[in-house]
Amino acid sequence: MSKDDQILEEFTQSDYKYGFESNIEQESAPKGLNEDTIRFISAKKEEPEWLLEWRLKAYYHWLTLKEPTWHNVSFPEIDYQDIIYYAAPKQKVTPKSLDEVDPELLDTFKRLGISLEEQKRLTGVAVDAVFDSVSVATTFKDKLAKLGIIFCSFSEAVQEHPELVRKYIGSVVPQGDNYFSALNSAVFSDGSFCYIPKGVRCPMELSTYFRINAANSGQFERTLIIAEEGSYVSYLEGCTAPMRDENQLHAAVVELYAAKDAEIKYSTVQNWYPGDKDGKGGIYNFVTKRGICAGDNSKISWTQVETGSAVTWKYPSCILKGDNSIGEFYSVAVTNNHQQADTGTKMIHIGKNTRSRIVSKGVSAGVSQNSYRGLVKVLKRAENARNFSQCDSLLMGDRCGAHTFPYIESNNSSAQIEHEATTSKIGEDQIFYCLQRGIDEEDAVALIVNGYCKEVLNQLPMEFAVEAQKLLALTLEGSVG
Amino acid sequence: MIEQLRNQKGYPKRIAFLILLLNPIATMLKIKELHARVEEKEILKGIDLDIKPGEVHAIMGPNGSGKSTLASVLAGREDFEVTSGSVEYMGQDLLEMEPEERAREGVFLAFQYPVEIPGVSTTNFLKTALNQVRQHKGKDPLDAVAFLKRMKEKMKLVEIDQSLLSRSLNEGFSGGEKKRNEIFQMAMLEPTLAILDETDSGLDIDALRIVANGVNALRNQDNATIVVTHYQRLLDYIVPDFVHVLYNGRIVKSGSKELALELEDKGYDWIKATADAAI
Repeated sequence: MSKDDQILEEFTQSDYKYGFESNIEQESAPKGLNEDTIRFISAKKEEPEWLLEWRLKAYYHWLTLKEPTWHNVSFPEIDYQDIIYYAAPKQKVTPKSLDEVDPELLDTFKRLGISLEEQKRLTGVAVDAVFDSVSVATTFKDKLAKLGIIFCSFSEAVQEHPELVRKYIGSVVPQGDNYFSALNSAVFSDGSFCYIPKGVRCPMELSTYFRINAANSGQFERTLIIAEEGSYVSYLEGCTAPMRDENQLHAAVVELYAAKDAEIKYSTVQNWYPGDKDGKGGIYNFVTKRGICAGDNSKISWTQVETGSAVTWKYPSCILKGDNSIGEFYSVAVTNNHQQADTGTKMIHIGKNTRSRIVSKGVSAGVSQNSYRGLVKVLKRAENARNFSQCDSLLMGDRCGAHTFPYIESNNSSAQIEHEATTSKIGEDQIFYCLQRGIDEEDAVALIVNGYCKEVLNQLPMEFAVEAQKLLALTLEGSVG
Repeated sequence: MIEQLRNQKGYPKRIAFLILLLNPIATMLKIKELHARVEEKEILKGIDLDIKPGEVHAIMGPNGSGKSTLASVLAGREDFEVTSGSVEYMGQDLLEMEPEERAREGVFLAFQYPVEIPGVSTTNFLKTALNQVRQHKGKDPLDAVAFLKRMKEKMKLVEIDQSLLSRSLNEGFSGGEKKRNEIFQMAMLEPTLAILDETDSGLDIDALRIVANGVNALRNQDNATIVVTHYQRLLDYIVPDFVHVLYNGRIVKSGSKELALELEDKGYDWIKATADAAI
C-alpha cells in the first residue's frame, strides 16, 4: 500500500469531534409540511400578517417546483413530510443576560469551544448564538446600538424593525428563486439580522454560531445583512452539528445588500456532521447565499471554509449592479469519505467597470466527490467588466473525484475574463520531504493542505483563520497511522 | 585519568567524547552487506561502510551506480526495498526506524531535488520540524524569539536572505537557492549524520563555495557527513577523509581524498574496467 493509500485508509477512522447531544426539552411543530405547519411557525413567532402571507406565497410556489437535478451530487430522495420544521428549546422567559440562559445550553457552546462569557470578556466579538432555531443570547448589543447598528435574531428584527425586514426580505433572493430558497421562505425559523447605518464602520467582527441539535429537525436559517451607504461590516458564521444517524436537511438563505460605497465581508466556516465513514448520516446542506452590490463602488466578499455536511450545495453569489462594484469569492471545500460537494459562485456583472475575483480550492479524499461550479455573466451594459477565476483541486488517493464546471456568458466585447484551473495530488515526495525533517505524517498532511489553502485562509479574520486551520487539521486527524 | 578530567572545566563533554572514543559504538554508522531494490531491479548489491563521528565520507560513482539509492535507503524512503543486510546507527537498527524517527535521531538528507510545498514558508516548515525534533528529545519547543535568533545566526552561514525564507518552500527558487536552503535547514536542525545527495549538481562556482562553507562550518567531532557526488569539484571545498567509489551497486574502491583526484584524472572508465575485470 502506498503512502497516499494509507493516509486515505486512516482518514476514514477519524471521528467527528462534535458528536454529542444536549438534553434540552424541545417544543416542536408536528412532523410534515402543510399550510398548518407554516401557520404554526408564524404564530409561535407572533409574526405580523404580511409575513405569514409572504411565507404562504412561498409555500404555494414551492409546491409547483421540482427538486433540482443538475448538480453533481446524488442522495436518497428527501421525504419533506418526514421532517420537523420547527423546534425551539423550551424556555419560559426570554433571557436578559447569560446568567439566565439554560446552563446545559451554555455547556454545549463551551464544548464547541465557544464560551460566550469568554468571548464576551476577551475577544470583542459580538456573538448571536443560534441554538437550533431560536437565538438564545445576544451580546454586545448595547455597544453596537450606540452606533445605530442593529444586530439581532431575525425574529427579533421582525418584531422590532418590521419596516426594514419587509423592505429587504426576498429582495436579493426572491422566494421563488429556487426550490430550496422557496422552502426556506415558507418555513424559516430564525437567523440573524444586521443593519449598518450610513457611514458607520462596524468596530467588531459580528459572529454567529449555528448549530443543529434536535433529531430530524430541519434547520432553515435566514440571514439578512444591510450595509447602508459608505458603511462596512465583517460578518462571521460558523457551524457545527452533533452526530446523527438520520440525514438532516439544512436549507438556509442569506441575503446581503450593499449600498453605494458600502462593503460587506461575509466569512463562513461550515463543519456540519459529514456522516460516518460508510456515508451513513450527515447533513444535507442546500444553501442559497447571494449579495447585491446595489450602489456604485460597493464591495461584497465571500469567504468560505467548507469541511462538513454529507451533501453541500452552495453558490454564494454577487450581483454587481453598481458601477465600479467588486465581488469576491474565496473558497476551501474539503470532502472526505462519502461526502459530496457541489459549490462555487455566480458573478453577475451589470454595472460598468465591475470586477470579480474567484479563488476556489477543493480538497478531496476518501471516495468523496468535489465539484466547483461557477458562472461569470457579463451583461450588455457592463463596460470593462473584469473577472479572474482560479480553481484548484487537490486529490488525496485515487478513489475520489474533483470536477470543475465553469460557465462564462459574456455579452459585452470589452469584458476581460480569465480562468485558471489546476489539479494536483499530495505527492509522496512532499510527504517524504516532511518526514525526513522529523515531521510526522499527520502534521505533514495538515501542513501541505493548509499551505495549499493559504490564499483563502488569509482572507479570514484572524481568530477565524486559526479556527479554520485547526479544523482542517482536525479533519485530517487520524488520517495516517 | 578520569580524576584528572573531573577537575577540569567541561568535564561532562569530555567524558562523553571519551566514552564515544572507547566504546564499541564509536562507529556511528555501520552498513553491512546491504542489498536493496526498487520494484524488481536490484540496485544495491552488498554495501559495506563504517563511519565514525567527525568523519567526512565521499561517495562517488558514475550515473546509475546506486549513489542516490544508498542515500534514500538511509533516509528511509519507501520506494526502495531492503532485501538483506543491516544498518546500525548509533547502536540502533536504522532499518527498523520510521523515516521521521531517523530524522529526529539526527539523520539528515539534503535532497538532490528538493520538493516545493506551496503556501508553506521555509520558516514555518522549519519551526514545525525543529519543534517536533525537540519534542522527541524531551525538550520544550523554541519560542518565537529564540527561534528567530537561531535563524539569524544560521542564515549567515549559508548567506541566505530572510525574504527567501518567508516565501513558499522552494517554490520558484533557483537551483542554487534550493540547495542553499537545504544546507540552511541542516544548520537549523544540527544533524548527527548528514547525507548530501548531489548537492553540487546545478550549482555555479559561487553557490558551490557558499554551500561548502556552510557544510564545513557545521563539521565537528560529534557529527559525520556523507557527500554523494558525481564530480570531484565539490571535494575541493569539502575535503573528505575517505573516498568510496560505487559502481554497479557495490563499493569497488576506497581510499583517501587523492582517490577523487585520480578518478577525475582517469575517469570512471578506469574504475569500470577494473571492476568488470574482477568479475
